[in-house]
Amino acid sequence: MPRALRALRRGITAVVLVGLVLAPSAVDDYTVALLARTLALGLVAVSVALLTGVAGLPTLGQTAPYAAGAYASVVVGGQLSDVGLVHLGVAAAAGAALAAATVPLVVSARGVVVLMITLAVGELVVTIVGRWRSVTGGTDGLAGIPPVRPLWGLPVLATDRARYLYALVVVAVLVGVVLLVLRTRVGLLLRAGRDDEARLRASGHRVALHVAGVHVAAGAVAGAAGSLLVVAQQYVSPADFGFDTSALLLLAVVIGGTWSVGGALIGAAIVIASRDWLFGVLPGQAPLVLGLAFVATVYLLPGAGHRPPAVRGRLLPPALTRRPVPDRPSPTGVRA
Amino acid sequence: MAADLGFDPYLVPAVDGVAYGLLVFVAASGLVLCFGVADILNLAHGTLYAIGGYTAAALLDGGWSSLVLALAVGVAAATTAGALVAVLLTRAARRNHLTQALLTFGLALVGGSLLVSAFGPDQPPVRVPAALDGSVVIAGHRYAAYRLVFIGVAALIAGLLHLAVRRTRAGMLVRAAVDDAEMVAVLGVNPARVRVGVLAAAGALAGVAGVLGAPIIGPGPGTADVVLLLSLVVVVLGGLGSMGGTLLAALAVGQIQTLGVALAPSAAPFLLFAAMAAVLAVRARGLATARRAA
Amino acid sequence: MTPLLSAHGVTVRYGSLAALDGVDLRLELGQRHALIGPNGAGKTTLLDVLGGRTRPAAGRVRLAGRDVTRLGPAARARRGVNRIHQRPAGWPTLTVRENVLVAALPRAAPTRRWWPGGARRAAARTTGAMLERVGLAGLGGTLAGHLAHGQRRQLEIAMALAGRPRVLLLDEPAAGLSAVEVEWLVEFLRVLPRSVAVLLVEHRLDLVYALSDTVTVLRDGRTLATGTPAEIRAAEPVRQAYAEGVA
Repeated sequence: MPRALRALRRGITAVVLVGLVLAPSAVDDYTVALLARTLALGLVAVSVALLTGVAGLPTLGQTAPYAAGAYASVVVGGQLSDVGLVHLGVAAAAGAALAAATVPLVVSARGVVVLMITLAVGELVVTIVGRWRSVTGGTDGLAGIPPVRPLWGLPVLATDRARYLYALVVVAVLVGVVLLVLRTRVGLLLRAGRDDEARLRASGHRVALHVAGVHVAAGAVAGAAGSLLVVAQQYVSPADFGFDTSALLLLAVVIGGTWSVGGALIGAAIVIASRDWLFGVLPGQAPLVLGLAFVATVYLLPGAGHRPPAVRGRLLPPALTRRPVPDRPSPTGVRA
Repeated sequence: MAADLGFDPYLVPAVDGVAYGLLVFVAASGLVLCFGVADILNLAHGTLYAIGGYTAAALLDGGWSSLVLALAVGVAAATTAGALVAVLLTRAARRNHLTQALLTFGLALVGGSLLVSAFGPDQPPVRVPAALDGSVVIAGHRYAAYRLVFIGVAALIAGLLHLAVRRTRAGMLVRAAVDDAEMVAVLGVNPARVRVGVLAAAGALAGVAGVLGAPIIGPGPGTADVVLLLSLVVVVLGGLGSMGGTLLAALAVGQIQTLGVALAPSAAPFLLFAAMAAVLAVRARGLATARRAA
Repeated sequence: MTPLLSAHGVTVRYGSLAALDGVDLRLELGQRHALIGPNGAGKTTLLDVLGGRTRPAAGRVRLAGRDVTRLGPAARARRGVNRIHQRPAGWPTLTVRENVLVAALPRAAPTRRWWPGGARRAAARTTGAMLERVGLAGLGGTLAGHLAHGQRRQLEIAMALAGRPRVLLLDEPAAGLSAVEVEWLVEFLRVLPRSVAVLLVEHRLDLVYALSDTVTVLRDGRTLATGTPAEIRAAEPVRQAYAEGVA
């Protein structure tokens, strides 16, 4: 990357960070609460970008660990302590556990099959959440969740501003950790797997292990985001994790440039802000306009076409991506 | 006396499950076509079903002729909508899986909100033909006549679908495409035209399911999501691309959703989840090799 | 003495056609061995079996005496069997240096493998030397997807060697290379340390005779002859097989 571009990107990042820190003093409480919720969704978008962009495993199911994290942080975390860090840990563990439970479903599937399976898993989790009334409060959700204190000895987060700043710090730290880990060999291996899994296997790498690992890690990040959502809105219901949330997250990641973790955050902010704005301006017609926005994005999105394929397995319609027909038939018992 | 048998209270839910399962099968078979032949995940598939459902609610007036009319209009509308999805997909510059998902989801949102603004936000009542509006007695139980007839009709549709895939030229192309898309391209068939044809056919199936199934899974704002989810689960359970597997999976899902709910009301979604997990875990390896080698 | 890599009665069937029919092969430590034969003789299939891509219907593959028949390509690469494919590609969105680094990881020292930042330090050391050896030192920061065909071949060789192989399986390495590049390849393989055994599949007999200690001729999935290049050159059945294969 040219040095000027890198400097520009650093500059923008700094400006955005300063703006995020100063934002609460510039806007009203309602907007601050919205911003805090957007940060939580942005963190889920980061987990989607991790899977979809970095590892090339497109997903529509990150709402599942997100929901698991949110409910775990209320139901389990609430009983353990009122410390936000504990809730975060519980939520991340729940998200990771759910992701680990679904690893056998996704580890050997690729491409559109992953989309289908993850979507089905996400929807089933939301259905379960809606039906399991004794624990989750069913479709009514859980309200009146007590505020948390960020760390032992600190005061509870009583205002929207405090909750926003807490969410901001957590998101900044977690995104920083993700970016740092991606700079190690982990990032290299994930990108190599996105390019060509068979080649990675031929070099002696355990690809299934990488896929399982990134799934569990993305699940943990989404779970932590669930805890942030609970802190931000002090209320949780299955409506927070619906199918439309998955689609919005995917849109956010695509707008953000698919590969970029920071871009996913910005994409999420844009998408959520436009959605909330739309619902305010056009109460009845919002879904229509939002749907048209999806369609328009697909048609208008610039730049991404120049990039090499970013999805493991089949990306384009089969006829285009098929390699030349091998000159011999597949033997029986061939390993894929 | 039937009432003495232990399974008796569960007979009605079990028969209901068959009706429900066959309905889901007809809807899901369209998704199998999209996925197996054109490698498209059509997130607007549930909306196509809803189009059929709303048509039925609007046109059915208790007479046979209205049923025929609703079928014709509903199927035509859903077929057109399916073809429209295909055309828009073709026009989209980059047709990868992500943009496919975004585009079809956007269309589902648009379609859903258009349907709600046309038919209102409530679930409209559906009037079945008067002759089928009563109930019949089977094994000492009263059972809705429409559902019994529906089971027969849906089984007939499944049979026709089987014949169409097995015996016709188009069906052979479909099977060839599922096995090896390249071969179809070599045969000189335009992939864009195949995509339009497949999505239109899928739309027709969803439309049939929507019209005939309106008394079972009625039209409403949430219908599209419910049908899409059930179809997805069924397609995944059925082995992603096999019609026979999809039929079995649909019947199983039907039983889980009816008999399962009757036996253990809160466990049904868990059962769906567990069934999917079990099937996928068992089949994971075979599936992976099949898809990746493809 | 136990051979380093050996095949015993390996049979592979494609439907009713036997691509390999009871083939035996021995590769000693540091040996240069070539597989030749007409098209469809089963050369690439035998490499597939030795590399773990294809599981034989019958027969066994042993690596240093240990049965590895059931191990896949990844497990064999970790045990030191690396393959260079006909179509060189690498990972296109990674730089040349990163490609070599990733290829080196499975057999790298485990202590440093996951240390943050260690990736770049290790890259500078091990992969730098490897790129120097194959002549890509100036291109370390280039994306592999931007390399020319010949350079990709060089990259693939660097990647295979970075995995510290005991056996290198080469599938027509000269395919698609210019005369100069072929010259480079021959010279490179000639000076390759004898700690690496090489099994070479190649159409060009001049390269085979220049590079190998021993040659096996395959035809219709069976071993026709095995011997030194001089013996093979003189053997009448081999000439016949080639004459028919070419005709």
